[in-house]
Order: sequence, then C-alpha cells, then structure tokens
Amino acid sequence: MPSTGREKATWGVINVVVILAALIPVVWIMSLSFKDPSTIADGNFFPSKWSTENYSGIFQTSEFTDALRNSIGIALITTVIAVTVACMAAYAIARLNFPGKVLILTAALAVAMFPPISIVGPLFNIWREVGLYDTWPGLIIPYLSFSLPLAIYTLSAFFREIPWELEQAAQVDGATPFQAFRKVIVPLAAPGVFTTAILVFIFAWNDFLFAISLTSTNAARTVPAALSAFPGESQFTQPIGSVAAAAVIVTIPIIIMVLIFQRRIVAGLTAGAVKG
Amino acid sequence: MAEIALEDITKRYPDGFEAVKHMDLDVPDSEFIILVGPSGCGKSTALRMIAGLEDITDGELKIGGEVVNDRAPKDRDIAMVFQNYALYPHMTVGENMGFALKLAHVDKQEIAQKVNEAAKTLDLTQHLDRKPANLSGGQRQRVAMGRAIVRDPKAFLMDEPLSNLDAKLRVQMRTEVSRIQKRLGTTTVYVTHDQTEAMTLGDRVAVMRSGELQQVGKPQELYEHPRNIFVAGFIGSPAMNFMPVKVEGTNIVTPIGDVPLSDEQRRALEGDGTGDLIAGIRPEDFEDAALVGDQRDRGITFNARIDVLESMGAEFYAYFSVEAQETVSSQELQELAEDAGTADVPSAGEAGQVVARLEPASKAAEGQEAELWLDTSKVHLFDASNGQRLGG
Repeated sequence: MPSTGREKATWGVINVVVILAALIPVVWIMSLSFKDPSTIADGNFFPSKWSTENYSGIFQTSEFTDALRNSIGIALITTVIAVTVACMAAYAIARLNFPGKVLILTAALAVAMFPPISIVGPLFNIWREVGLYDTWPGLIIPYLSFSLPLAIYTLSAFFREIPWELEQAAQVDGATPFQAFRKVIVPLAAPGVFTTAILVFIFAWNDFLFAISLTSTNAARTVPAALSAFPGESQFTQPIGSVAAAAVIVTIPIIIMVLIFQRRIVAGLTAGAVKG
Repeated sequence: MAEIALEDITKRYPDGFEAVKHMDLDVPDSEFIILVGPSGCGKSTALRMIAGLEDITDGELKIGGEVVNDRAPKDRDIAMVFQNYALYPHMTVGENMGFALKLAHVDKQEIAQKVNEAAKTLDLTQHLDRKPANLSGGQRQRVAMGRAIVRDPKAFLMDEPLSNLDAKLRVQMRTEVSRIQKRLGTTTVYVTHDQTEAMTLGDRVAVMRSGELQQVGKPQELYEHPRNIFVAGFIGSPAMNFMPVKVEGTNIVTPIGDVPLSDEQRRALEGDGTGDLIAGIRPEDFEDAALVGDQRDRGITFNARIDVLESMGAEFYAYFSVEAQETVSSQELQELAEDAGTADVPSAGEAGQVVARLEPASKAAEGQEAELWLDTSKVHLFDASNGQRLGG
C-alpha cells in the first residue's frame, strides 16, 4: 500500500490515466448515440443537442430487433448446452481415472488455441452444403466448440476443490451417483457454474467473426454482425448514430451481468490457483 | 441391525499391491468392533470395502446374511462417519441429518421428528438451522454422528471419527460414542490408529498390520495374551519393553536378571528347541522395590540408574538403560518394531531403553540408582524368528 503522499499521488495519476484510456471510447460512443442526427459530424465530444432519436430509430427497424432476438437466443442456448455438457465432462475429468483423460484435456486445450479465422472458410462452405448456413444452429455449433474447452477447464478446477468424501457420504446416505452429483456436487460448484455460464455467454454474445461469415439475413444475424450492416437513413448518410445507439444497448446486459457477478467471475478465474 | 461377515476378503490394486490380504472377520449383531493398526495397515480400506466405496477383489462380504459384494453403497443400508465429517456445506444441520431420509422418500413430518430426536440426543437442537461452517469441531462431529443415527441403519462404519478433535474433546466424544452405540445397539465397525480408543471403546478389537489381521479379541485378552510381538508392542501405552534373552535351564536370562519360565513357556520351548528369543515386559509390571511389600517374593529386584523420570501425576514413568547380552537379528522383527512404533530391540553390547511405571510414592530420582522390582509372572516370551508368542 502506498504510504507517503508522493506515492499516493503517483498511483493516483496512473489510475486516472488507465481509467480514462478505458472509458473514453465508451463515453464517446455514448455521446455519439445521444447526438441529433444533424449534428453527428459536428466535431464536438459532447452532444450540443441531446436526442434519443437514434434509440427510438433502431427499435423501429427489424434489422436491430431481429438481431437482438437472435443474439439473445443464440447466446442463451449456447450457454445452457455448454454448461450442461461441460459440467459432466469436467466432473468426469476431475473425479475419474479413465484411459485417454490426458488426451481429452490436451485436445480441448488445442481447440481453444485454434485460430477461429482458419475454420471460417471451410465452415462457410460446409454449412452451405448441409443447410446450416444462416441458421441458429449454424452459429451455436462453432460457439460450442470454442467455449466448451474453456468451460471444461474452469469447471474442472472447481470440481477438484470439492472434497471427494462429500460425494461418498452422499452415496452411503443412499444417493445414486447422479443424485450425488446433482444434489451435492453441483450446488457446491454453483459459483463455478455461474462463472462459466457468464464467460460462455459473453463469448457468444460478443462474437463477430462467425456471425458475419456464417449469416446473411435477419434469420440468424446477431447484433455485432447486424451493426456492421446497418443501412443509413438514405443512401448518402452514414448510420453512425444508429450504430452507436445499438452498440450501447448490446453492451448493457454484459455490464449488468459483470457488475452483479463480478466477485464470482474473479473467484472463478482464479479458482484452483491457490488452495483456499 | 445386522451382523457383518468378511470371508477371505482381499483388496488388490491394479499395480498388484495388496492392501487387505485374506481377511476373515465376523462381527455379530450389535457388536462394537474396532479395527486398529498403524497407518497403511489396510484398516480403512477394509472399512471402505464394507461401505462399498472400494471394490472387493476376492472373497465375500455379507451384511445381515446377504452377500453384498456387488451392491452399491446406497443399497447396503449402512451409515458412515468420515474422518473429516464430510458434512454437506450447503445444507443446514437439520438438512444434513435428514438428507438420507429425504433420498429414501420418507414422509416430511417423519424426517423432522427423527431429526429432532437425534438432535436431542446429541445436544444439537438449537443448532439445527445453522450451516456446518458456523459450528465448532465438536459440534460438526456430532452432526456427522447424527447423520448416521437418524437413519437407523444396519451398521455404523466410523473412519477415525475423533482424530480431528483436540485431546480433551476426543476423550469426551469417546464416551459419547460409546454411550450412543450401547443405547442403539447398532453393529459398529470403528477404525482408529489410536490404541487407547481401541482399548476403551470396543467390545472386541481387531489388530491389523500390512493388510493382515493379527489378532481379534476382547481388549483385555489382547493386552494380557498378545499373540505376537506386533500386537504386544501396539497395544498398551507406554509400549511394551522388548529385550533379547536366552534360556538357561529353567530360567530366562534377561539383562536385568533371571526370570523363571512359566510352565506354558517351558512346554512351548520344548517343542521348538532354542532359537533366538525376545522377552516383553510391560512398563506397569515394574515397581519401585521399596513399595511392593510382601509381593517381593513373586518377582526379582535389580538396580538401575534412572535416566529420565516423567511424572504424570498419578504415576511416574522411569526410563533406564539395559545392556543386552544377546544378539537378535531378525529383519521381520525390526519391521514389526517399526510398525508398532516401539523402540528397536537392542542387540548385544548396545544399550536399550526400558520404561517402567512406578507409583508416585516412589522415591526414585533422575540420575540416581533405584532398586526396581519386576513381576516375573507377567514376562512375555516371543520367538524372534517369527514374532510369535511362546506359552499362554
């Protein structure tokens, strides 16, 4: 902890700089979103004329509302499937000794390391052939393959922390292995399950690469992809205000979630690092 | 309530290590039996096989007359108390105790009633709504007991349930466990490495070493007639003193004097000839010669220089050295001694330490000669080659 006044001042300055660097783009986009369309390019940082026209505008276009529906649906389905599957996989990895365990972990890690851009091209072709192009499953499947390794790793760290005796106690108490898992292990790993769910949700919610490459219409296009395809009011106007407003709106759920579960996320990311 | 029978039970791990070897043990209905032994002797593995938490490699396990080898733990109707209690941290004390009944779909009212009854017995009534994290060690231990007794199972299995408590609480809970078991009359298998717990708690005690059952019997039987040098060294505190001896005529020649052979010992020796022998003397069979009075003739007296004198209040422990005249080199014996946690048996020329328990009225003092008396009728004799007891 800083003790002298000078140290405090130094730290204060550094903190302010870091916070400003992180916040300026956010404030900027917010101020853009509140600008009146006619003053959007006036060069002022803060709006000279406040307006919510951009917000009301985007909710009247089906481009945005459909994209919002797609985003929420796809991210939620991905999260539920990933967390359910990862729970079971992580449990097996943490508890059981089976041949190929190391191989599975290595493979999972390799998948997580794999650059997504390299599979976008082949996936585009395959999806068009099999009819998954521009559909919800077409996005959910690649999201699962990239979020599952992360989910399995986080969860198995949590499961490892739970004393094995608890599960044995439950079995002696008359629980089937699945009951012991559901009634004793999962509730205890709840913070880990939450953390994993949030991380997966954020990943799916934020993805741009797959969304832009594997969708073409409102049927499956998510918000990040839809933003890039926003039309202007006329052919000759840039849709800057609408894009800014949409960007602010899609950020809100993430901010709320992170604020609520902040502690759990930190605990989740460091779980297994130090024995508590 | 039911009897438990282990018939030729073996636990072999994939790497070939045998944790439990051909174990035969009958636990009659409502008996309190203790499995005791040094760490790694297979006692916990044996218990976990009864619980169903470990597979049985060979042999048959019967609970209440039925072979249960292939039954899952949940189908064996047994309750287990774990060393670290294994309480469910996300449930209250009441929920912890009622969990098994809830799984068995027992009526809610009945669960509440049974939990309340158990809580009353264990003095937990005012803690029923608290979480285990907010309880003291002793309270947690009682919850673990409570979780077992609400179920009214066929048997209790306890895996060193008191070893995480501090010394005072351990003694208190020991009495409590004994009282509860007596009242409920539930067959109980209790694992411990503490010979005091074994002696005080059990109807019978089974001593194990390296996966093999050494001796099963009433605590007093094990104390008075240990079958081999391992049981002799393991049961009793402080541990039995061992010294190499030889037999001349009708006497055992020990470093502290000649002790006449008992009839049984003489008979046992006749068959065997004279191999290397080890004498075992319990600390409590010594006494200050000045205090024995007319019993003096029953034993021998000798002089020893007291190195250390420990006062326990009600008794003194006097440590002195004896010089062994005989050499006994037996690999097995050394291992036994290590397992039993007793001092090594001294070989010829070496000084071995002996501990004697004396009355506090004794005038013995550290660094001074004292005249000690030994009750010769209590000297145990063992064959050094295999550790077996000679004579009754």
